[in-house]
Amino acid sequence: MGKETVTVNHALVAGIDIGSRSIELVLLQDGQMVHWDLLPTTFDPLGQCRSLLDRVRAARIVTTGYGRKLLLEHLDHPEITAITEIQAYALGARHLFPGVRTILDIGGQDTKAIALAMDGKVAKFEMNDRCAAGTGKFLEFMAVALQMPLEKFGDFALQADRRIQISSMCTVFAESEATSLMARGESPANIAMGLHLAIVSRTLAMLRRVGVTPPVLFAGGVAHNPCIKSLLEESLGEPVLVPDQPDLVGALGAALYGQKLVAHA
Amino acid sequence: MPTPYDEMWEKLNLDLTAHEGLLQVLGKFYGDIYLTQEGRLKGMEYLDFVLSEVHGLRIKEIQEAKAQGRKVIGTFCVFVPEELVLAADAVCVGLCAGAEIGKESAEKILPRNTCALIKSFVGFKLSRLCPYIESCDLVVGETTCDGKKKAYEIFEEYAPVYVMEIPQMKQACDRDLWKAEVRRFKERIEAVAGKEITAARLKEAIKLVNRRRQVLQRLNQLRAAVPTPISGRDVLLINQISFYDDPVRFTAKIGELCDELEKRIKAGEGVAPPETPRLMLSGCPMAVPNWKLPFIVESSGAVIVGEESCIGTRNIRDLVDESGDTLEEMLDALVDRYMRIDCACFTPNQERLHNVVSMAKELEVKGVIHFALNFCQPYAIEAFKVGRALEAAGIPMLSIETDYSMEDVEQLKTRVEAFLEMVR
Repeated sequence: MGKETVTVNHALVAGIDIGSRSIELVLLQDGQMVHWDLLPTTFDPLGQCRSLLDRVRAARIVTTGYGRKLLLEHLDHPEITAITEIQAYALGARHLFPGVRTILDIGGQDTKAIALAMDGKVAKFEMNDRCAAGTGKFLEFMAVALQMPLEKFGDFALQADRRIQISSMCTVFAESEATSLMARGESPANIAMGLHLAIVSRTLAMLRRVGVTPPVLFAGGVAHNPCIKSLLEESLGEPVLVPDQPDLVGALGAALYGQKLVAHA
Repeated sequence: MPTPYDEMWEKLNLDLTAHEGLLQVLGKFYGDIYLTQEGRLKGMEYLDFVLSEVHGLRIKEIQEAKAQGRKVIGTFCVFVPEELVLAADAVCVGLCAGAEIGKESAEKILPRNTCALIKSFVGFKLSRLCPYIESCDLVVGETTCDGKKKAYEIFEEYAPVYVMEIPQMKQACDRDLWKAEVRRFKERIEAVAGKEITAARLKEAIKLVNRRRQVLQRLNQLRAAVPTPISGRDVLLINQISFYDDPVRFTAKIGELCDELEKRIKAGEGVAPPETPRLMLSGCPMAVPNWKLPFIVESSGAVIVGEESCIGTRNIRDLVDESGDTLEEMLDALVDRYMRIDCACFTPNQERLHNVVSMAKELEVKGVIHFALNFCQPYAIEAFKVGRALEAAGIPMLSIETDYSMEDVEQLKTRVEAFLEMVR
């Protein structure tokens, strides 16, 4: 696509969140989500973006996520802008749950804790640095180590009958810790629980640095995991909100930003 | 490619092949970060020239000075009283410590979890890539942090090292300690240089270094204009070069650049549009060629208008009192001036909190980016208090911990851009 002449639909705004694991697209028309889609990032994120945007005639595109600059540089579109995931999640979260004050986003390789002011603006944020410990990537590795499909890993961990501590957050070390626990006869469910606990304890430290003001929204791909959600609620002593489609929050926020730009144009 | 300096570098025992590679990388890096800037000042040509000759012409000058019997003293820290070095007619140079060079060799003798600056100076030495270290008759270390303190003990096997003890508090007894250290340093410098530091010579040296601080103060006052007439990257470079260049020539050249800035300000010309968010950096020194964070910040749509750093205001804010005439009075003036440095190695360090906040207010910045090198405990820990002091003043702060490598650039960009979205 790209060079062919397309008639854009002026009422359509697209938000696209290019993450390390998946790319999500949300289309808004008059503030309503009219379409969404999701593809794995693969080794060709640009190609994947193009497949998602194919046949989409949005008047404006807003990109976010790790690959936000990629489309900006390569897509021939007159109205394309990039915003960070931090702002996109803030906008998306407030749209879904207007009172939200704290956002936790655990994605494929990043964890972000965002504190929002009363008016919904970002007041403070924390993000993990280069190391992907404690993110979706970590869960993925550990699920493989325990020969569990990723989607079932959380439910599996919830079957644990005791809590063991896994102290290492480094993927490589945690894997060897898990291996030695298995060698000592520890049940795989308990080990899985230990690994989930390790992520939650790291995440809580980040959340507490920005300050936890309820209501708390949990989003990003890892929010699909019921064990992480329940451990977070247990530690925070608060219910944690999880949207129906937690991986779409960034794309939704990007589209909402696009809509604001259209309104101000 | 042969250069007119090959023979000199060979005499200095540099690793010629690796050194050529280093200069090429540095040149490319400089081109990408500096020469692509728009609306650059004419006065920056001098800095471009000095940087392009940083291992060439300047080293040649230093070798010529050595041939005339002058000694070369290398330093790593703004605590070392340069006035005493100059008063002994020696040359004072800041040493290479801002690039990821010789990391593998450095990690053979230092733990991996050592700050990038320490690894860098050790790496430069072990890989024979810093002509400044190779020219030094004495390398002056200091006890600002445990990392440096212990690294000098090992570094001593490779270079002639002298270590000054820096107090950690600012009580009367600490001043006494520092005064004794300044005296001990004076004696050592006299011995190395073979020259007596007389009252007359010291008076001249104090004036010389003050003049350089004053021209840099003038530069900082001018850049505070809205819109700012010069990029943060350029001011950082000027501050970095102040540690290498001949002080008299440097002061004159920066004076000319300041005249040019005045004209720009009068014409209302800025280096970026007036609505560009103004930010300030605070924290660890950014030794040449560590331009990573300023480049990320300024290519994300902000402009840096202040560096609360050792390569920035910490080095130039305070002058030495020039009223003393006797050697004793002047030594006291030096001691008092250097004791005012608000390095994070002090406890408590309330002055720094005050200085950061008042600087941020004066410069009308939208926010402060705190920069700590990984494993630099004094600054990384102090970041918390700096953040709280700024928060109380209603100024947002982003705390960054990083090193000289490029692997976290994307994450840093996300943070810096998100911070800009937040403060805009």
